[in-house]
Amino acid sequence: MALGRRSFLGYVMAGSTLVVAADLALAKPARAAVPSGAQIPELYDLEDLQTDAAAPTANLITVTLHEDGTASFAIPRMEVGQGITTSTAMILAEELDLPVEKIVVTLAPSRPELVMNQLTGGSNTTVSTYTPIRVAAAIAKGALLDAAAAQLGAEVARLESHQGVVTAPDGSSVTYGELATKAASATDRRVEVQLKERADFSVIGTPRNRTDALAAVTGKKKFSMDLHVPGALPTMVCRPPTLNGSPKKLRNKAEILRMPGVRNVAKVDTGIAVRAETFGQCIDAIRAMDVAWNPGTVEGESDQTVLARLRKAEVPLAVPDVDPLAKTVEESFTFMFRSSAALEPNSAVADVRKDRATIWAGLKVPILAQQNIAKALGMSQDQVTVNVITGGGSFGHKLFSDAAIEAAKISQKMGKPVRLMWHRADEPRQGRLHPMVTSRIRATHLGGQVLSFEQRNTSVVTDFSHGLGEMITSTIDEAPTEVGRQLGGFGFSQSIFALTQELPYNFGLVTQLLDETDDRFNTGSMRNIYSPDTAVANELVIDRLARQMGKDPLAFRLEFLKDERTKAVLQKVADEGRWGRKMPAGMAQGIAIHKEYKGCTAVLVEIDTRPRTVNREIYHGVTGPRVTKAVVAVDAGLVINPRGLEAQMMGGFSDGMALTLTSSCHLRDGHFLEASWDNYFYTRQWNVPPEFEVHVMPSDSDQPGGAGEAGVAASAAAVACAYARATKKMPTRFPINHGTVSFKVKSFVPPVPPSPTNGLKHTY
Amino acid sequence: MPKQTFVLNGKSITVNVHDDVRVLWVLRDLLGVTGPKYGCGINVCKACTSHINGKAFNPCSVRVGDLTKDDEVTTIEGLPDTVGKELHPMQQAWIDRDVPQCGYCQPGQIMAATALVKKVRREGRSIRESDLDEIRNICRCGTYTRIREAIKQGARNM
Repeated sequence: MALGRRSFLGYVMAGSTLVVAADLALAKPARAAVPSGAQIPELYDLEDLQTDAAAPTANLITVTLHEDGTASFAIPRMEVGQGITTSTAMILAEELDLPVEKIVVTLAPSRPELVMNQLTGGSNTTVSTYTPIRVAAAIAKGALLDAAAAQLGAEVARLESHQGVVTAPDGSSVTYGELATKAASATDRRVEVQLKERADFSVIGTPRNRTDALAAVTGKKKFSMDLHVPGALPTMVCRPPTLNGSPKKLRNKAEILRMPGVRNVAKVDTGIAVRAETFGQCIDAIRAMDVAWNPGTVEGESDQTVLARLRKAEVPLAVPDVDPLAKTVEESFTFMFRSSAALEPNSAVADVRKDRATIWAGLKVPILAQQNIAKALGMSQDQVTVNVITGGGSFGHKLFSDAAIEAAKISQKMGKPVRLMWHRADEPRQGRLHPMVTSRIRATHLGGQVLSFEQRNTSVVTDFSHGLGEMITSTIDEAPTEVGRQLGGFGFSQSIFALTQELPYNFGLVTQLLDETDDRFNTGSMRNIYSPDTAVANELVIDRLARQMGKDPLAFRLEFLKDERTKAVLQKVADEGRWGRKMPAGMAQGIAIHKEYKGCTAVLVEIDTRPRTVNREIYHGVTGPRVTKAVVAVDAGLVINPRGLEAQMMGGFSDGMALTLTSSCHLRDGHFLEASWDNYFYTRQWNVPPEFEVHVMPSDSDQPGGAGEAGVAASAAAVACAYARATKKMPTRFPINHGTVSFKVKSFVPPVPPSPTNGLKHTY
Repeated sequence: MPKQTFVLNGKSITVNVHDDVRVLWVLRDLLGVTGPKYGCGINVCKACTSHINGKAFNPCSVRVGDLTKDDEVTTIEGLPDTVGKELHPMQQAWIDRDVPQCGYCQPGQIMAATALVKKVRREGRSIRESDLDEIRNICRCGTYTRIREAIKQGARNM
């Protein structure tokens, strides 16, 4: 017996034009029973948890139809480049039968009533909003058709809607714009709808360019620092010479206040703030400041001392209960600190008055920002308005509201509106980092089978105070009992680790655990959080297991992988990338997979580690081994916008390659050395693979998967595996070039470099 | 305060500001021209790339006092006017290839790309992969491959 189509409940809301809202109370997907021996993410992963956390308040997500024929929707998520405004417009267009161009998706300001439903992270936006947005759109279309039926004198069932026009069998028609007020309701009304069948989709699944591309390429796209808020003058902070130091006193305040353009100076907990007519004059003032500082949190410490502390905290690996004849493979890897800074630095506009405050910033968790700002200002939450501005990248950085809180404090102290921006040098030196971590693995095998695989990560503490941690505490009851039992007693980090890490191979007894120590650093969840490190460690060991067992890396993986989707992406990159083709000495292929975000990714790369490539010269650039080719295959379930998904894979690859080869921060004498993009070596054009391709797998799934982070881990791992095969030596510390500090370290006092004056000598 | 005069996006403008202030801040903070972005302030990230007299330059590293009244500064906002169209072919290529992700670096990328194409033409040749390898503009979203494709397309239509 075929199951009937599922109905969803929602509301037509009272309004002057048509306003609708979705109710998700009945829309929670049924989850499968618990098979034994499965890893947590197979039963219930971070996506499920975030979706459950969002569900109870999703009924407050509304879509409004306007008299000009457009529909608007303020998404309670943040656009940082991942393309959700475009994909959300497509989802609405599909269900509404309205052109994508007629849909305006904006970013909702902080809405405390949404509770857990306003956090952008974990590549979860489409996973958790796909159904409620469709339900709202379907209700809107139903109300429009009802109004059209009355107007055109025809039965609803006989009406056709297309591109924002409803047509009756007699050819008469009416536009959505004309219906917007007629379809409006005087009271809230509960209705039941069914959603479009997948076979009828004409927008979802078709490649589409970004709706904000024109604004981006003409310079019209507005970021926080492009906003004009009256009186909000440029503001910067003179920061301490060591990590998390604090200011005692500005000794030459009068002199600073006399400098050209300088208006205000104020001491805050993070340093000495200066407000001036231009940011250039803020920089000049910072360089002239004579400040007495208190020590920081890691005075005198270095990479080595932090690593020694991690080693001390490492818990011994278990002695596996396997046949004593089994062979053991053991490895230990180290992953250094890395910066999640975006190109747009930390920034925020704040206008704090006696009885109220208004903030504009790129914020992925605006409700928490609002609470924290209110607390910092000694105000109640309703006195603080937080506007969410589209961000110039995030990569985890904008989960925290560091700049927004700092701007609010400075504005309060100065009694003036401020436009606060961090200097680039501040970002790697005082900003959020991906923590240093060690990953140890012990695997056993016998008779062609892997009997056990234990992975134990020991990490500097990851700060989860941005809301995801709290989401777990309040939502874990929703998880299957078995998951709740396993997570019981875990802290935030261990829970997130357990909810995201899945080693999808039949390796007998598989355990993956995280231990943490050392909370003295400013950390955060960088794009793909724990997975790039764990994947690099796992896939390198898997290559070693394959070699010991006399098997080809691809064949080995295909033999042991558990699920067909992951095997299919792996086979796809192997076919497209011609796995196993002969390469000259010093060049090799590498192959790796990753399963997360309701999907899976495989990456094949070719790398050139020959001296003439490694030693190629780029002015002030890190060259090193060159990835000459990358082939990515992704199964992200139901894909809304394949072109956007490809873009996320391309970006994810750039991130993953940088994590393995080039990008890290060096701690020495209590501070991080990096202060510029020519110090912190994120992927640049001279590192980009000349050949790059993405294959989006067809899927009959009704479940959209995550995209933003899905490409990072397998990319990092494939590059590591290729490097190990090309050099015939497995690297154990990442990035591989961390041992070389290939730049002249900029001054710590003053904490920002001088602005150059020779720009006219470098024109081209 | 000294009066600074130069040509900005085809129009002569005068602004009261000290000689020492870098052009980026004159554009962004005093004139409200926000297409050129800040990413480093030391001529490394190239997010502020604009043109001076038709050549690429980084306004974060030039004192406004070093501009003359005849110097023509073009920012992304003025790029279409240089070809008398709604969009410069390089901007169109960026849209066709769906290059931007967050978009923050893209004004600088496009200004760098157009200057690079003109530079290699002055040298009597077309763009090579090695030219693309040397572009220093950072895209932290990592959409470098699409940038390379768009530059080749834009160059064909310039």
